[in-house]
Amino acid sequence: MDLIISTVSQGLLWALLAIGVYLTFRVLDIADLTVEGSFPLGAATAATLLTSGASPFVAIAAACIAGMLSGVVTGLLTTKLKIPALLAGILTMIALYSVNLRIMGKANLPLLSTDTIFTVLPLGLDKGMTVLVVGLLIVLIVAVLNYWFFGTELGAAIRATGDNPHMIRANGINTDIMIVLGLLLSNGLVAISGALVAQSNGFADVGMGVGTIVIGLASVIIGEVLFGTRSFKNCLISVILGSIVYRAVIAVVLQLGMPPNDLKLFTAILVAIALSMPLIQAKWNNLKRGMR
Amino acid sequence: MLDIKDISKTFHPGTITEKLALSHVSLHLAPGDFVTVIGGNGAGKSTLMNVIAGTYPVDEGTISIKGTDITKWSEPRRAKFIGRVFQDPMMGTAANMMIEENLAIAKRRGKTPTLRWSSSEKDRREYRELLANLKLGLEDRLESKAGLLSGGQRQALTLLMATLAKPKLLLLDEHTAALDPKTAEKVLALTEEVIEKQKLTTLMITHNMRDALRLGNRLIMMYGGKILFDISGEEKKRLQIKDLLEMFEKAAGSELASDSLLLS
Repeated sequence: MDLIISTVSQGLLWALLAIGVYLTFRVLDIADLTVEGSFPLGAATAATLLTSGASPFVAIAAACIAGMLSGVVTGLLTTKLKIPALLAGILTMIALYSVNLRIMGKANLPLLSTDTIFTVLPLGLDKGMTVLVVGLLIVLIVAVLNYWFFGTELGAAIRATGDNPHMIRANGINTDIMIVLGLLLSNGLVAISGALVAQSNGFADVGMGVGTIVIGLASVIIGEVLFGTRSFKNCLISVILGSIVYRAVIAVVLQLGMPPNDLKLFTAILVAIALSMPLIQAKWNNLKRGMR
Repeated sequence: MLDIKDISKTFHPGTITEKLALSHVSLHLAPGDFVTVIGGNGAGKSTLMNVIAGTYPVDEGTISIKGTDITKWSEPRRAKFIGRVFQDPMMGTAANMMIEENLAIAKRRGKTPTLRWSSSEKDRREYRELLANLKLGLEDRLESKAGLLSGGQRQALTLLMATLAKPKLLLLDEHTAALDPKTAEKVLALTEEVIEKQKLTTLMITHNMRDALRLGNRLIMMYGGKILFDISGEEKKRLQIKDLLEMFEKAAGSELASDSLLLS
């Protein structure tokens, strides 16, 4: 039971990362590697503020703003300086490694004796349930806000930018601004995710961003395959559930005795298979019809 | 309405692929002018259209719409004045967005997007009515993704989008060339209808000589980045395909006429 609760709660905390990756990978059609830096950036910012006595709410808000700024940096590199989006994200990610070390002053910052978002709310629940309830609440708020925002004129313009830049430019929208705005929102969410995970784990570590893009992609793809992509609302729900399923898969393979050190290899293979699924399916169908 | 003065455009200047696409072109369109543009491949028709829309800047000359100099304006900024339908049916609509969302974006063409929810019930009623006019059965499919439509349906939707917020200038870049003949005819009929109804100033590129002669009140033929001739009014009405070929041969001064025109 405890394992299920902790699996679902981890899935919820990481769901914000998955939504962030969904916004860039699917909505903007950009593979944004900034997340590998903005996730620990959120953790580092929140942890540093918490250890200096700030309230968890302030810490999370500051983490979000820091993440948004990192998204803007990538956005400007790719729109104004015309650096390919993939490379722009890598540049910001590398730069953030140093920034995160500067923020924390060292590579690892424990949060054992400080208040966190999971200790300050008077819910009267044990630790595991508190993480679940707080996680659920935050994910719900973020999902509703996203659903609302991407249904507005501005949100629709961002979605159209990723879908068909010719069309949206012909309708008077500056695609550069929309790309920067999309990256800002995405990395803000990713940083909140980092801040929450750090508070739940009880520490922030400069290396905790490694592989986050792949975890985000795994959640997005698992969610899309299992729960559908009919509409934007459907996609949002799929991605959140995908993040929980991903955690469940990890929990199961660990229970089955896979060494934790192999987790990243396992995740990478999972994503590679999922991404090549459409091609494999087409080939398979052709084979069945007897085509070579 | 549209005033083009002495514009030139060279692609890849100073390289081996240098190409003079427009050479000192001037063109004036009066309000309500419906101009068909013909010419062979590489004549500069599409370049003319694209520099008006702002897809790329001109090397020299000025472009104004209704007295406003837009030469230095970016492509999105010019969208305030210009509605466009592209040759490729995929280019005019966002495939993964609902028909309703595409129309909502088009309805606010050239305006800064706000945080208002993109379509209201009233908007939806209006969209349904407009879609019903297309007679393609789209009025009950507001929530379908645009990518599910056929090429002809997407082109008709794009045409509706380009004219939803009445443009000062409508640019049609061979917008029926990628469609089968029957669908092309239908989209062309819709085009005529909306231009007539809204009294739109229009520039339409076509590869089809008969369409170029039949539609519009004015015809220009381009060759080698220049406007070879510009015929309007009664003279255009009397014009035949063979006259066009003769005039082209005389003006271009070459034997290439029938080849390079690529008539359909």
